[in-house]
Amino acid sequence: MVHCPNCGGIPSSRTQRQNPLQNNTISTWAAPFYHLGDHCLALLADLGSMGLFLVSALAGLFRRPFRGRELVRQLRFIGAGSIAVIFFTALSSGMVLGLQGSYTLNKFGAEGMLGSAVSLTLIMELGPILTALMVAGRAGSAICAEIGIMRISEQIDALECMAVDPFRYLISPKFLAAIISVPLLTAMFDVVGIWGGYLAGVQLMGANSGSYFSSMSQSITNHEIRIGLIKSFVFALLVIWISAGRGYFVYRIRGAGFGAESVSKVTTQAVVLSSIAVLIFDYLLTAVLL
Amino acid sequence: MTYSAAAEATAIEFVRVSKTFGDRERRHRVLNEVNWAVPKGKTTVIAGGSGQGKSVTLKLILGLLKPDSGQILVDGEDVVKMGQSQLRQLRTKFGVLFQGAALFDSLTVFENIALPLRERTKLKEAEIRAKVMATLATLELAGHEEKYPAQLSGGMKKRVGLARALQLKPEIVLFDEPTTGLDPLMTLEIYSLFQRMQRQLGYTAVIVSHDIPKVFELADRIVLINKGEADVFSEASEIIKSDKPHIRDFAEKTMGI
Repeated sequence: MVHCPNCGGIPSSRTQRQNPLQNNTISTWAAPFYHLGDHCLALLADLGSMGLFLVSALAGLFRRPFRGRELVRQLRFIGAGSIAVIFFTALSSGMVLGLQGSYTLNKFGAEGMLGSAVSLTLIMELGPILTALMVAGRAGSAICAEIGIMRISEQIDALECMAVDPFRYLISPKFLAAIISVPLLTAMFDVVGIWGGYLAGVQLMGANSGSYFSSMSQSITNHEIRIGLIKSFVFALLVIWISAGRGYFVYRIRGAGFGAESVSKVTTQAVVLSSIAVLIFDYLLTAVLL
Repeated sequence: MTYSAAAEATAIEFVRVSKTFGDRERRHRVLNEVNWAVPKGKTTVIAGGSGQGKSVTLKLILGLLKPDSGQILVDGEDVVKMGQSQLRQLRTKFGVLFQGAALFDSLTVFENIALPLRERTKLKEAEIRAKVMATLATLELAGHEEKYPAQLSGGMKKRVGLARALQLKPEIVLFDEPTTGLDPLMTLEIYSLFQRMQRQLGYTAVIVSHDIPKVFELADRIVLINKGEADVFSEASEIIKSDKPHIRDFAEKTMGI
């Protein structure tokens, strides 16, 4: 509906900003400072918008009427739809851990600790991380593209004009579905991974079955499970926030272009950024929670 | 013609509204202290060249953009001073038909039209179905309710968009380039539909359009936006008689005079 009179795009910080370098209003020596300042301002504006987006999305969870049917649809898409991907990722990760673990521990005569090594690695690290990365790649990208297309085809404007809160209607059910699905998928990842480790370590490499499970039950306490769950909850929030937010702000992301090109670029950006954010937050959470 | 808003009830009024885009180096003043009003229950057409601020005007009315200065009064209340919740309340008075219809492409025609009823009313599903089916029949869309927007022609999409915009019986309906992309026959059909629906429902219509001079036939008031200024006319013949050079220029280019 609304297009910038200068360029035909939707008026935004991106389209409104003119480059004074092209108008020779800034001398050449100052150009790097101009670019640096310009990027810093854009980054700050972007962070501010994303912060407000998160607050609005979380606030939307408590607004009525609650969209139960949409929540179920999103649970099916983000959660149930990811089960196969998570199953095979978990199985292969667990089997690799079983093989590598038994090979390494054998060198130290500590093959009895295989169950402990596999389960600790899966529950505290690999389970939450790989589940979040898989959900980012499968569901996060799709959610970003869906919201981005709705934005550029004025469907989100239409919601606002109908006095329907786009956060409550569109964004918040996706947030809730991700927050519910990802910890459950992580739990599934852990179980399948431990089973994969058993297959490779015990059945193929000949480690002792009893010590596999007894070392596991000795080393895993509620503390380790809690760390894994907290991580999966935070990662879910990061993935859905970045994916939905990039799509929502598709028209004002610098360098993204317009139309279909902008949606494809922000979708890539959403997956890359949410993957990086998951890895950085994994370190921070491990440092704080251990 | 000099315009006086005092004589009639106004639905929307622009009072010394200015809007600028760009930064200090390259400013583009879209609106420069413009004054004009939309009479209640009538059709106002906003016309002007590309990039002259027609669509920006619609966004200002809906509170999706803020002006640099001035007042925008909707039923006497200043949109500029409203917070988000007041704006949401204000938008309940409006129905908007978007340029590309902006239908939700993952929902069927029925679900698109039912959306405002489901989200904004407490009607039961059976009542919603009855209302939507009645609207579909009025707009000659019966039998298409299970189709998705991608399966519809341009004219049908506009009709579905209009049906959705009218569901909550809005006081004011904004049309953004309603005939863009339609053939001349479909354009006439859409215009006659607009007139029919307005007679039936009595809403105030604001039409932003490039389709000059055909769209002027619908107009009770014409607002020409050009180089930041807004000139108000009560009919197309007044545009031709205007002695302002930029209006003469506009008439020559668009009305074939």
